[in-house]
Amino acid sequence: MSSETNIDLYRRRFLSGTASAVAGIALVPGVMLHEIAHAKPAEDAVSSDVRWGMLIDSNKCAEGCNDCVQACNDEHGLHGFDRPATDAQWIRKVKLKDKQTGHTQTLPLLCQHCEKPPCVDVCPTGASFKREDGIVLVDKHICIGCRYCMMACPYKARSFIHETLQDQKPYTPRGKGTVEACTFCVHRVDTDRTPACVEACTAENHNAMVFGDLNDPSSDISRQLKQYSTRQIRADLELNTGVRYRGI
Amino acid sequence: MRNSSFIVLVLGILLGSATPGMADGLLPDIPAAQDRFSETQGCVEPTEDMRKNHMEYILHQRDETVHEGIRDKQHSLNECINCHVSDAPDAPHVSSEKHFCNSCHTFAAVSIDCFQCHADRPVRSGSDLHSLSQHIKSTGESGKLTPENLQALVSGVKP
Repeated sequence: MSSETNIDLYRRRFLSGTASAVAGIALVPGVMLHEIAHAKPAEDAVSSDVRWGMLIDSNKCAEGCNDCVQACNDEHGLHGFDRPATDAQWIRKVKLKDKQTGHTQTLPLLCQHCEKPPCVDVCPTGASFKREDGIVLVDKHICIGCRYCMMACPYKARSFIHETLQDQKPYTPRGKGTVEACTFCVHRVDTDRTPACVEACTAENHNAMVFGDLNDPSSDISRQLKQYSTRQIRADLELNTGVRYRGI
Repeated sequence: MRNSSFIVLVLGILLGSATPGMADGLLPDIPAAQDRFSETQGCVEPTEDMRKNHMEYILHQRDETVHEGIRDKQHSLNECINCHVSDAPDAPHVSSEKHFCNSCHTFAAVSIDCFQCHADRPVRSGSDLHSLSQHIKSTGESGKLTPENLQALVSGVKP
């Protein structure tokens, strides 16, 4: 009887030992696991296992460089109507100046994809919403163009379309009378690619922008966030932004 | 009595002679699709079903794509356009009756606002969003909306 119990015990130890060994093997190539987790099949819904975020290093963001803005405009077919006050702007370069020392720095400002987005709070129709994976979007099918969200956004990240548009990009539907903002290039993210601004910044070797999953401790962005001191803009509002900055 | 049978006779002659003429002149001339969905099926659902219910499919897919990021291609508006509108530089815009969607919507007097925001022509070559991989290249099966099909659309009974 006791020998049987012992055998069971050995068996259990052996099995649990094997299980942990297998788990160890599976966890070593962490990059592999990470990549598999992100390659979402087209027919699957996004899940809150992922939270997309961006880290911008303003030390590497050169004054006068506009590559990210240009890439965004090209990707989404944004163009102006010579009305700077109302022309659509999903990402813009902002210049900061320390009045005491005269030190200046620049950074790109875009929708911060807040965890608690004020634009979603104020939307009367539910058009402004946050996806499960943290991307804040406007469902233009339901947007009535009231622009409450534009007033609520502390980052001035949203634009209203005043003009009739033509020749929109198939993956970026845009139309008069609706509000729009940075989508984190959701059509790219859903097919396992990075946003156009990040791609352009990296392609030009500035490497000032990193995009990735904030929920995945092994992702590049999570490791950098752990290693370096970073800030949220207007952290006092406790919106827990998805976009973080270094060097400000 | 005599009057009423005369009216019936005149109406009968009028309708009898008018119907074939209407079929040629007034029924929409629908541009053929670029591809077939499969060997046995022209569109992503049976053609009669699509003619009646395409808006339901697109609406369903719309919410799934925008809110849940589901991007399968079978009922995607982009893929409708990729297949039903030529990617030639001079392909018609939706404002033209030669555009696939507008060819029938003008006939049905139903205005659509999809294309106030959405692209009404396919992505030019070089994009990865262009083609349905399962499509088989062919001349397409479309063409004229026949009176039989029109009858089927109105009555909901397949011909």
